[in-house]
Amino acid sequence: MSLRVEFVTKENVLVVRLEGELDHHETSKLRESWRDQLHQNDVDHVVVNLEKLNFMDSSGLGVMLGRYKEVQASGNEMIICSISPEVRRLFDLSGMFKIMRLVGSESYALELLGVASCEMK
Amino acid sequence: MRNEMTLEFLSVSENESLARVAVAAFISQLNPTMEELTDIKTVVSEAVTNAIIHGYEENPHQKVMLSCAIDGEQIEIIIKDEGKGISNIEEAKEPLFTSKPEWERSGMGFTIMENFMDKVDVTSEPDIGTTIRMMKQLTSTRALCN
Ligand SMILES: Nc1ncnc2c1ncn2[C@@H]1O[C@H](COP(=O)(O)OP(=O)(O)O)[C@@H](O)[C@H]1O
Ligand SMILES: [Mg+2]
Repeated sequence: MSLRVEFVTKENVLVVRLEGELDHHETSKLRESWRDQLHQNDVDHVVVNLEKLNFMDSSGLGVMLGRYKEVQASGNEMIICSISPEVRRLFDLSGMFKIMRLVGSESYALELLGVASCEMK
Repeated sequence: MRNEMTLEFLSVSENESLARVAVAAFISQLNPTMEELTDIKTVVSEAVTNAIIHGYEENPHQKVMLSCAIDGEQIEIIIKDEGKGISNIEEAKEPLFTSKPEWERSGMGFTIMENFMDKVDVTSEPDIGTTIRMMKQLTSTRALCN
């Protein structure tokens, strides 16, 4: 039950899809690959899809906040989408949605960020 | 019914998932709801991670002790390390407080434990170690009996 990570670039948006469990053990690898993606690809905004993430603890919150601050510092946006009820409890308790935007679906998040069409998955 | 288990493991981060899966499997005999199970897994993950990164400062040769007891629908979880200890427990418990901001810690561990459990006792002494004792009464099974 470890973490699987998928990065997809759509125009100037990096989509990060997380699946499985995000705990302290998984954070350093995730942080590194996420940062690499942000620097290698010419992306501005980030969409984090948590649909298939069924566990996260406060170490995961630390990584989310860290990336959020980086994206925000360069004047861009990070949107969370499709969160599961299990992970949502943690986000609600920590007040994460007072700072990060949450939307229902990845396609809507992309639309908000001005990505034209997302028929191709 | 009363039941009890203990688990001792090396302070390596691979064991964070082991600890929460073991506790989840052990308490599943009480038929917890999804939400209760997630809460328990989260607090175990928080306390074990703290023992590894704060208590033992990632020294992989130390041991973390975990025990879990159930009595009726009452769950007691104890997680213990013989590491660095906490000098100011009140400060450590404050939301967002972390002694390791450079590691991207959120400082929400204790806040999560206190919110997801009914009771959290912290016993700690510098250079002796830290013991976290957490209690939670399940409500699901009781509702079924009524
Ligand atoms: N087992 C422990 N041993 C030593 N210090 C601890 C332990 N658990 C927690 N602490 C201290 O309490 C602080 C707050 O813990 P927590 O709320 O889990 O936040 P975080 O883990 O993000 O720092 C830690 O930064 C650390 O200084
Ligand atoms: Mg912690």
